[in-house]
Amino acid sequence: MMANTVISLRGATKQFGGLVAVDNVSFDVREHEVLGLIGPNGSGKSTTLNLISGALPATDGEISLRGGTITGLPARQIARKGVSRTFQLVRLLPSMNVLENVMAGGVFGHRRRWGQSAERHAMQVLEKIGMADKAKAHVGQLTYIDTKRVELARALSGEPEVLLLDEWLAGLNPTELTEGIDLIHRLRDEGRTIILVEHVMDAIRSLCDNCVVMSSGKKIAEGTTDDVLSDPEVIRAYLGDDDA
Amino acid sequence: MKTQDWKNLGWSAALLVVAALLPLTNDGYLISLGVSIAMYTVLATSWALFSGPTHYISLATAAFFGIGTYVMGSGIEHLPYWVLLPIAGLIGGVIAALVGLATLRLSGVYFVIFTLGLAEMTRQAVTWYQNQTGHKGTYVLTELTDPDIYWQLLGLAALVFLLGWAIGRSKLGFALRIIGDDEDVARHVGINTALSKIALFVVSGATAAIVGAMIAPRYIYIEPATAFTPMLSFQVVIMALLGGTGRLWGPLVGVIPFTLLWEAISSSFPNQTTLLLGLSFLAIVYLLPGGFVGLYDRLRGRAKKRSAMA
Repeated sequence: MMANTVISLRGATKQFGGLVAVDNVSFDVREHEVLGLIGPNGSGKSTTLNLISGALPATDGEISLRGGTITGLPARQIARKGVSRTFQLVRLLPSMNVLENVMAGGVFGHRRRWGQSAERHAMQVLEKIGMADKAKAHVGQLTYIDTKRVELARALSGEPEVLLLDEWLAGLNPTELTEGIDLIHRLRDEGRTIILVEHVMDAIRSLCDNCVVMSSGKKIAEGTTDDVLSDPEVIRAYLGDDDA
Repeated sequence: MKTQDWKNLGWSAALLVVAALLPLTNDGYLISLGVSIAMYTVLATSWALFSGPTHYISLATAAFFGIGTYVMGSGIEHLPYWVLLPIAGLIGGVIAALVGLATLRLSGVYFVIFTLGLAEMTRQAVTWYQNQTGHKGTYVLTELTDPDIYWQLLGLAALVFLLGWAIGRSKLGFALRIIGDDEDVARHVGINTALSKIALFVVSGATAAIVGAMIAPRYIYIEPATAFTPMLSFQVVIMALLGGTGRLWGPLVGVIPFTLLWEAISSSFPNQTTLLLGLSFLAIVYLLPGGFVGLYDRLRGRAKKRSAMA
């Protein structure tokens, strides 16, 4: 493990009864790196993300954040240590407005603020993602991409060490997709550490430094995005034997 | 504090003073009605502090109330009245914390059943103990009159409102709103969901126990069937829902009409009270899903829309 490793998985395993959803997976994420976690449907990417965020406890293996183990910790403690996430299906807080939704991520999280300071900070995050004008809007009135933006802002407002995005670009139309990729690109340029579970190939190519490819719960390839995407075994996993 | 806060505080204080003048009427019936309203206001408001944001329906009010009654009943021979009130609150709070630790991980339905069972179990335990020791009930003999009890309950109500207002502005209050919206999100933004819920459950449990202790002198003779009546738990839930749990003042606007209605029902149809309680429960849930608070917000929203169009 290198000195600037932020997240490290060693033999991470998750079993649901007889099904091994994540099978002995190991990889490292370095500071300022954007890592793509890719693979066909049902390959265990989201489950891996859930293991890191503490949404699910790992059956075996070790996960550490900046050298300290976080395996087995509850989600709230992992969040406080600096892991923030978005969810595969957007989860906003329906009784609150946009600003309160964003504040929710910054009051109890990694860097904690309260009162006016929390509000100011949430406003700054909203400005950064281009939603300052909708701060007082109710979340029920938002367009789909705006709900995704709010969720991203909530994850950012705790100033996490690492950001986990679970198919954040899924379901966007082509125009929104360009906006979405630009937004993540800006986060990348800020030097954030991000793990990205993603299906959109254009996004993976333009955003990810490195990729880990999973298939049936196992890691089948790892390396720079270009190398990985031209690896015959990866193509076979995605498209089946005939096309490889 | 903002000007709006001072204004609200001023209005509340004025209302409190007006309410405190009630015993001056010297009308025994009015005062006794006032005691009921004050009692249910405290119980329903503190119930809603916990159940409003978290959506956990607790039917344990009778358990805590009964425990408070019995703390007073068994302690009044040995300790001064004013010492027993905080002791009742402390015991109620500790039991609430234990129950919370054991059950708040359970999801909705299981929690409801557990709290209902808790009240019954406590009643059976007290009955059993009394049978073992050979006496049926306990006398609570004090010098306290109805106006004294009324003023005490009014003071407690003021405390509960202040506490609710403070919680609403605190990080704990914000955490509870997040938990009520989406508990998974709450966990993932770093909230200790179990601890937050237990904290509020303790507040409502301790408050109900203190109310029980304050009411005990009024009963004079207490026995398990009156102290732990499950009807009390249901009435508190109905009143809070009738008023609406979305605002701090919500339960209050449910308590007043319901206590009056209840008074009318139990004097005119003393044998059908449970039936009518059930019917009013159905009516409230169907006709007023958000309570009076929800109705008020809907009407205000409609008025706003209309003025926006005009």
